[in-house]
Amino acid sequence: MDLAEIGRRLELQDLYTDYVACLDTDALERWPEFFIEDCVYRITSAENHEAGLPLGLIYATSKNMLKDRVSALREANIYEPQCYRHLVSGLRTEPDGLDASDVTASFLVVRTMQDGAMILFAAGRYLDRVVRTASGWKFARKIVVLDSRRIDTLLAIPL
Amino acid sequence: MPQALEWPQQGNSRVPYRVFADPDIYRAELDRIFLGANWQYLVLADELPEPGDYKTTFLGETPVIVTRGEDGEIHAMVNRCAHRGNLVCLKSQGHTKDGLTCVYHAWRYDLAGNLTSVAFRRGVAGKGGMAESFRLEEHGLRKLRVDQFGGLVFGTLSPDAPALSDYIGNLIGSRIGRVIRGKPKILGTTSQILHNNWKLYIENTKDTYHASLLHTFFTTFRISRLTNTGGVAIAESGAHHASYTYGGKTDDKAASDRLYSEIHSLHEDYRLQDPRFLDSVDEIGDGVTLQILSVFPNFVLQQIHNSIALRLVLPKGPDETELQWIFIGFEDDDEAMTERRLQQANLVGPAGYVSMEDGAVGGFIQRAIKGGDAEGACSVIEMGGVEHASQETRATEASVRGFWQAYRQTMGL
Ligand code: FES
Ligand SMILES: [Fe+2]
Repeated sequence: MDLAEIGRRLELQDLYTDYVACLDTDALERWPEFFIEDCVYRITSAENHEAGLPLGLIYATSKNMLKDRVSALREANIYEPQCYRHLVSGLRTEPDGLDASDVTASFLVVRTMQDGAMILFAAGRYLDRVVRTASGWKFARKIVVLDSRRIDTLLAIPL
Repeated sequence: MPQALEWPQQGNSRVPYRVFADPDIYRAELDRIFLGANWQYLVLADELPEPGDYKTTFLGETPVIVTRGEDGEIHAMVNRCAHRGNLVCLKSQGHTKDGLTCVYHAWRYDLAGNLTSVAFRRGVAGKGGMAESFRLEEHGLRKLRVDQFGGLVFGTLSPDAPALSDYIGNLIGSRIGRVIRGKPKILGTTSQILHNNWKLYIENTKDTYHASLLHTFFTTFRISRLTNTGGVAIAESGAHHASYTYGGKTDDKAASDRLYSEIHSLHEDYRLQDPRFLDSVDEIGDGVTLQILSVFPNFVLQQIHNSIALRLVLPKGPDETELQWIFIGFEDDDEAMTERRLQQANLVGPAGYVSMEDGAVGGFIQRAIKGGDAEGACSVIEMGGVEHASQETRATEASVRGFWQAYRQTMGL
């Protein structure tokens, strides 16, 4: 592995560390900034994914749609105070030239409610495409594939 | 011993909270409602195109297998082996080439649920085996009656249920027909675990009053307000309903704003940065942009703009419910229409802009009615009067009362 490759792996590691820290610290306004303008973001289940069914629980085809998601969560939607703790591991990169890469990773999300109730809320994998931009690595595509088809109560904060 | 439930004398405009929590009432519901003379949605006929295709689901909590038989017909039976009760189908769906075999002792059934063979029926070397008097035909899987309405397959265990089309009736049947106009194609499924009694979610889908109040996304963007033209059609029995809203034909904006500003602050400057996901077409051509329809006891059909979904409300205990969503399009949808349906699916489901609150509010009620003091307490359901007839407004709880009418009728309460 050459130095450039090692450097890139560290950069991508940082991207995921920052990404989940953003979600877990309720810095949602910063969340769309991890994506390029004409990105695709989709949350689906393994069941749909394997059957080739296109439905998304959240489906966005632009960064502006992600911004709308955040403003809706802040201004319109009603849900109980809650927070996530993401654990990401098993990052695998498949470079496509110097400035793009497919990335897959596993994640686990523990959700904690205001009264302290904690559950294992989600597990699954990210099937991503990242590209290098003037302001660093960004997601061009992020497909969140949940292992389970079931969501406990609701899915407000993105994954 | 718990007291027998006395329904309040005000009738359908009062509902004792106890019906959402009492385990004895819950058990009686499984029996009288879900195993009783009520048709329940099972699958889409098109999900089982080939003989040998099967899928599993539930009648209440009772596990059910649905198959496409060798005869080309759809069959349904209880997923419980006639021998010693093992689950016959373990997978949620699949295809079988040689009928259904129970893994425990290899009893085999055909796709209609008839027992075709018993392993070691004659014993081994003349010893053991079943008695001579044992008749295969007396030990099949318990069969459901199955009937279809526009490609939607329903089932019931009761011989007393009327024909499905009579059960649904013309008023609601025609409103199913306006949505299911082609060969359905599944776009994807999802499900939610709700920490509340199943009836709290049914009340919610029947409740036309809450939509623009709980779901402020609608109100803010004027997708739908109670001041939009619309109404609710209710089956005479109260059992089924369809609420509908006309897009475009809106009230006067100023008056509507005034009404709503008394309720919650309007975000005048709140605009979507990319509203393309709401781009919709009037595919049915009647101007109705939103229709929520229910068939007693637990089936919901939704049309919100171009997002069409079936919802199945499965009881999982007195205070737990699984809400299954099946998003569909139609075989002849072009790519643009499929994209619209997928984009507008953002409105509903567990993360839906106008439905995530519904996943939580039932749980809030379930928590609030805890504690002995709620035992005798009742909800007050008087919006739009105390009757359960169709109304040309959505500022009413008439269809909620309709549900309680049908519920009490079925439960003898
Ligand atoms: S329980 Fe099914 S064969 Fe014995
Ligand atoms: Fe709702």
